[in-house]
Amino acid sequence: MAESTILIHEQRYHEIKAVLARLRLDAAARLVVLVDKDGQQIAVHGDLADLDTTSLASLAAGNVAATGGMAKLIGEREFPTLSHEGDRESIHISVIGRVLLVVVFDQRSSLGLVKLRSKQVSHELAAAFNEIERESLSAANQSLPFGEITDEDIDSLFSQM
Amino acid sequence: MTFINYASREINCKIVYYGPGLCGKTTNLQHIYDSTAPQAKGKLISLATETDRTLFFDFMPLELGTVRGFKTRFHLYTVPGQVFYEASRKLILKGVDGVVFVADSQEERMDANIESLYNLEENLRSHGYDLAKIPYVLQLNKRDLPNVIASSEIAAELQRKGEPVIEAVASTGVGVFDTLKAVAKQVLTELRRS
Repeated sequence: MAESTILIHEQRYHEIKAVLARLRLDAAARLVVLVDKDGQQIAVHGDLADLDTTSLASLAAGNVAATGGMAKLIGEREFPTLSHEGDRESIHISVIGRVLLVVVFDQRSSLGLVKLRSKQVSHELAAAFNEIERESLSAANQSLPFGEITDEDIDSLFSQM
Repeated sequence: MTFINYASREINCKIVYYGPGLCGKTTNLQHIYDSTAPQAKGKLISLATETDRTLFFDFMPLELGTVRGFKTRFHLYTVPGQVFYEASRKLILKGVDGVVFVADSQEERMDANIESLYNLEENLRSHGYDLAKIPYVLQLNKRDLPNVIASSEIAAELQRKGEPVIEAVASTGVGVFDTLKAVAKQVLTELRRS
């Protein structure tokens, strides 16, 4: 495969969650989501209410991929931030290496504040994700619990379908 | 790229349905969505034109159940089939764990199938993947139509590596889950190997 499996261990996950929680507070945001560029949600913190964050993650990745494609067409490497301002709710997306930091905010905050606070945590998140990639690579050389998945385990997943 | 979260004990995998325009990729997803229990699925997101042609992608998360204590979730995507959406098609293949090629069995669509399969191989290569090595299933759709080519004939033309070939009528659901199972099983088997 072109890219190795990404593994997130509990300690890293809680570190990332702590950064997101701090960002949410500092940016007065409603919700903060960390998403892989392929559309997988990594962690989320904030007021979820009935928001479908899985779809939000997938659409944010599609959004960044599409604008990244446009960037290349005009000779840019990528657009590092994207903002969408609505009447009540807004979204700000920062591209941090292979992850996307998605901040959902309303009139209690402002685009300027969200941009500033997002930038402030971007190095921290980039470093955490570099560690995750390093750990994933080293784990690839060790035996994972899934090495023990049997054909019966796999079949049982489909027995309900 | 499979995503394993030890904290939330989840495995997330990405499956992409590929194929020529109007071959039934969205219909496959729609049937899976309609036939799955509410607690196992998220929303079906369709980024389509006003005439219901896929513009960017369709997306639906599907939770299969638990294996070895990990929730197993598949993210199902379709690509836009129309030739001029090439740039979007390429983007969606990024990070893919398994591919379903939906072939249109009608005689007049054979050239479109061949062109789309060639395009799939090219686009996979551009992301560093090799069709010969990734989990892959060939679905022969629209088997209920009168002007279809014999399955053996389509398979001879389109089969690349002895992948499972599944006959389907996605509009009524025939073969849809068999296709999904065949690709998901390969993805999980691949995970065991890695």
